[in-house]
Amino acid sequence: MTATAVREAGTGRPHRPRRTGRQVRTLTRRDQLIVALMVTIPTLVVVGLVWGPAIGTILLSFTDWNGIGNVGDINFVGMENYRNVTTNYPPFQPAIEHNVIWLVVFFLGPTLLGMLLAVMLDRQLRGSRIYQSIFFMPVVLSLALVGFIWQLIYSRDQGLLNQVLGTQTDWFGDPDINLWAVLVAAGWRHTGYIMLLYLAGLKAVDPVLREAAAVDGAGEVRTFLQVVWPVMRPVNIIVIVITVIESLRAFDIAWVINKGRNGLELISTLVTQNVIGEASRVGFGSALATIMIVISTVFIAIYLIQVMREQRR
Amino acid sequence: MSPRSYGAGGVPAMAIGRRTMLKGMLGGAGALAGLPLLSACGDDSGGGGGASGTVTFGSNWSDDVPKKGIQAMMDAYGKGKVDINTVEHNSFQEQINNYLQGGPDDVFGWFAGNRMQFFAEQGLVGDISDVWSDIGGGFSDAMKQQSTGKDGKQYFVPIYYYPWAVFYRKSVWQEKGYEPPATLDDFKTLAGQMKSDGLTPLAFGDSDGWPAMGTFDYLNMRINGYDFHVQLMSGEKAWNSSEVKTVFDTWKGLLPLHQTDSLGRTWQEAAQSLLKKESAMYVIGMFAGQQFPEGAERDDLDFFPFPEVDSAVGADSVEAPIDGVMMAPRPRNEEGAKALLKYIGSAKAEDTYLKSDPNNIGAHNDADTSGYNALQKKGEELVSKAKTISQFLDRDTRPDFASTVMIPSLQEFIRNPNDIDGLTKKIEDQKKSIFGS
Amino acid sequence: MTTTQTVPSERTTPRRPPVRRKPPLRPARVVLVVVLTVLAVGWIFPILWAVYNSLRDYDYTSLHGYFSFGGFTFENYVNAWARGNFAQTFTNTAIIVIPSVLITLLLASSVAFVLARFSFKLNLTLLALFTAANLLPQQALLVPLFRLFLNIEVPFWFSDSGTLYDTYFAVIAVNIGFQTGFCTFVLANYMKTLPRELYESAQVDGAGVLRQYWQIVLPLCRPALAALSVLQVTWVYNDFFWAVAFMRTGAKLPVTSSLQNLRGQFFTDYNLLSAGSVIVAIPTLVIFFVLQRHLRAGLTLGATKG
Repeated sequence: MTATAVREAGTGRPHRPRRTGRQVRTLTRRDQLIVALMVTIPTLVVVGLVWGPAIGTILLSFTDWNGIGNVGDINFVGMENYRNVTTNYPPFQPAIEHNVIWLVVFFLGPTLLGMLLAVMLDRQLRGSRIYQSIFFMPVVLSLALVGFIWQLIYSRDQGLLNQVLGTQTDWFGDPDINLWAVLVAAGWRHTGYIMLLYLAGLKAVDPVLREAAAVDGAGEVRTFLQVVWPVMRPVNIIVIVITVIESLRAFDIAWVINKGRNGLELISTLVTQNVIGEASRVGFGSALATIMIVISTVFIAIYLIQVMREQRR
Repeated sequence: MSPRSYGAGGVPAMAIGRRTMLKGMLGGAGALAGLPLLSACGDDSGGGGGASGTVTFGSNWSDDVPKKGIQAMMDAYGKGKVDINTVEHNSFQEQINNYLQGGPDDVFGWFAGNRMQFFAEQGLVGDISDVWSDIGGGFSDAMKQQSTGKDGKQYFVPIYYYPWAVFYRKSVWQEKGYEPPATLDDFKTLAGQMKSDGLTPLAFGDSDGWPAMGTFDYLNMRINGYDFHVQLMSGEKAWNSSEVKTVFDTWKGLLPLHQTDSLGRTWQEAAQSLLKKESAMYVIGMFAGQQFPEGAERDDLDFFPFPEVDSAVGADSVEAPIDGVMMAPRPRNEEGAKALLKYIGSAKAEDTYLKSDPNNIGAHNDADTSGYNALQKKGEELVSKAKTISQFLDRDTRPDFASTVMIPSLQEFIRNPNDIDGLTKKIEDQKKSIFGS
Repeated sequence: MTTTQTVPSERTTPRRPPVRRKPPLRPARVVLVVVLTVLAVGWIFPILWAVYNSLRDYDYTSLHGYFSFGGFTFENYVNAWARGNFAQTFTNTAIIVIPSVLITLLLASSVAFVLARFSFKLNLTLLALFTAANLLPQQALLVPLFRLFLNIEVPFWFSDSGTLYDTYFAVIAVNIGFQTGFCTFVLANYMKTLPRELYESAQVDGAGVLRQYWQIVLPLCRPALAALSVLQVTWVYNDFFWAVAFMRTGAKLPVTSSLQNLRGQFFTDYNLLSAGSVIVAIPTLVIFFVLQRHLRAGLTLGATKG
């Protein structure tokens, strides 16, 4: 991407941007105003529509608000909601477990497979592009749609899987199995994404180094470990963070299958069950949401530190 | 591109926009500054559209059969234009809170009982007592009571109800020589017979979480009586009481008679197994008929009342949820909305609806029963003979309790029926925290 | 990873420097091809299965089971299209997607321009603020956003509800808020790679900030903008959460809700549901096949450094 842009810019060779930026104060008044607007308007939008509401949710988590009525009806109840979430809400523990399982499985399955596919496809292989396209295709489908498509395979009475295996398993309904079945479907989509990220990362491997390793008589595995792996380190961190965030945010697929109940409890579905619908335990649901925000923030911070470090280099 | 730039020219709108935007940014506290619909609407309605103006109608009758019924009913209105806004049934329910607070349609579909009272108490539903003074004569006291909020005012116009019972196919029963059982013991014996005949005794699908409530309600009312049901639902009785444990225990004994893997099956899929003659019985509402193709198949459907468990309690409580309509607290066209409600509360409107959807029974006393099919007639008889009529677990108790506690708990029970003590204690603990707040 | 990130399908340069010889055909390679082929077939199968069954008659499959051959018909698509009310929901989706993506890119590119062009103390903080916004869980924002829209009053000609609730505006705004962060991050990185001499000569020519942004930088960012717009279109198109949360009028809901409606009514008619699924998938699949290059670029630009 960079190379293209630079070529278009007409300099003819890769260009390393200078670190020192221009100072705003050398601008005319009019331009200063424009610069200010160009920053403040989008910032207001993002703060108003994302950060503000996020803080609102955190505040609400300390109240017993039911989502109806006005300020006067709101009682602050301290940590009551959090106490209830952790001690008096049976679906909470399974939800945490499922999110953790989701995460672990995503690492062991789609992430490893995606990496493996990338390594395999990052060769001069005939039809490499076609393979890439096929593995990448599910990424454009929404998780809700993925749920529908897999239902045709998983359905107890009409699904393909039971017809082929001659079983009567209720893949999406049996609470001991459905999480795994959903993970296969969700992993089907995630793998292509991971593959793509690693493929992009692998492009950065210096072919000369690879050649050199090959000349030295290094085997595939050693070349990978010594030449390729170190280069992929930044990608690894991105992949870890994306996988964590995606695992935590997993929602659509469980929601379309059974509203995230009965074996498919996830924190995201519990939040939704509590804050929408007739339930409107807004304070309680917000406590669940706050737990999500806190966990996300840890990983968002890791991500930001990584990308900002890249920026500074 | 902040929202205020769309304040649409009006200075006040802009000012409010900016203020609320800021409040929103400052966190939840700002966002809670009262119900906007109170100030927003209202003045528009006085403008004199009158009874002849357009009335908006929010419909959750999204399935094919009922949708046609509503359309037919509105087509026959004739006193003004009705704009129907149909929203998918489940989505409507999920969004009901936002919907009611966001300025609902003038008239909209909902359910009777506690589920209506809950919103009436919050001021989210319009008082239509004056409509009732006109239409009241056409309804029984029970109907009126189910349409009345806790403050004694009316908020709801019933259209139809549908009894829950044990449904079966006459042809299958004739062929096998089964007879409707009157007591639970007979019921179990019969189920054993069905099993040996290669049939699943009871169709069952609880993927959506609510169908199992019907079974729970019936067992509870048969074992502990209607009054206990009411007290349990209102939070007065404990869920870990011995009474409730007996209900679960009895149910546990019945579970082997149910279709397995019920948690992954919708009620409609379970109805298919009855249709395909794989299951012999089905505890469900009369709307199950919607799943049976019109004609011979639908005519083959019959039911018997949920059997008696304890002869001291009897079997004269019937679960018969009522569906109907409510009015926005401040409709844009109040006059028109009330005129429409009067029409909906008439026998004529109900007859029109039931012609398209004969899987329910008209709520109006004068609803034309001559056109009823055998099942409707039987259903009407069942309900009119009933000593007490319950709505349904999720209509008789707090909605937040029903959806966030009872659905997962009943599903948990179906999954693992052995830890009744643990389960009921968990329900009671959660009940206390919800009802106490 | 830092400066020489390339996009796979760059047309102007060979994808791979010519130093690497094409390896000879070895058994290992055969195994590799076999493994990849098996995986690829398995990968595409669920989609093909949905397409296959969408083209078959319900009565035929209920009689013979889905694991059979025959009973082909196009009826399901006709039915699904009508029952799902797709003509309307596709229009609604367009009403949501187009402004969302355009405004997102406009906002993101203007912040990115300033962040890349000038340096202030808060540069990194701002970038972090934007980038992180895209990663928060949607559910966590739902209630306050709902109250926010409910509290913003607008004239009735603008919205039947008298507030921003139940307007396209609410859905568009929240999509913009949610997606701007990601685009800003990508564009800022991209713009930083543009040569600085560009601005300097523009400055000498007397071009103001606005002209530099609009006439010099934006055209140069075309590849990144194309990549992002394609990516954003698929994301906003696929959104299934915001629209249902902020709109109550059935006739305004986007295409993702159509499938939900079909499912509510025809849960057992898998052929019809398959047809509905395929209809919903077609726009993104078309984008995928036609603009795959941009999609890939968009995703990798965001995750790795551009």
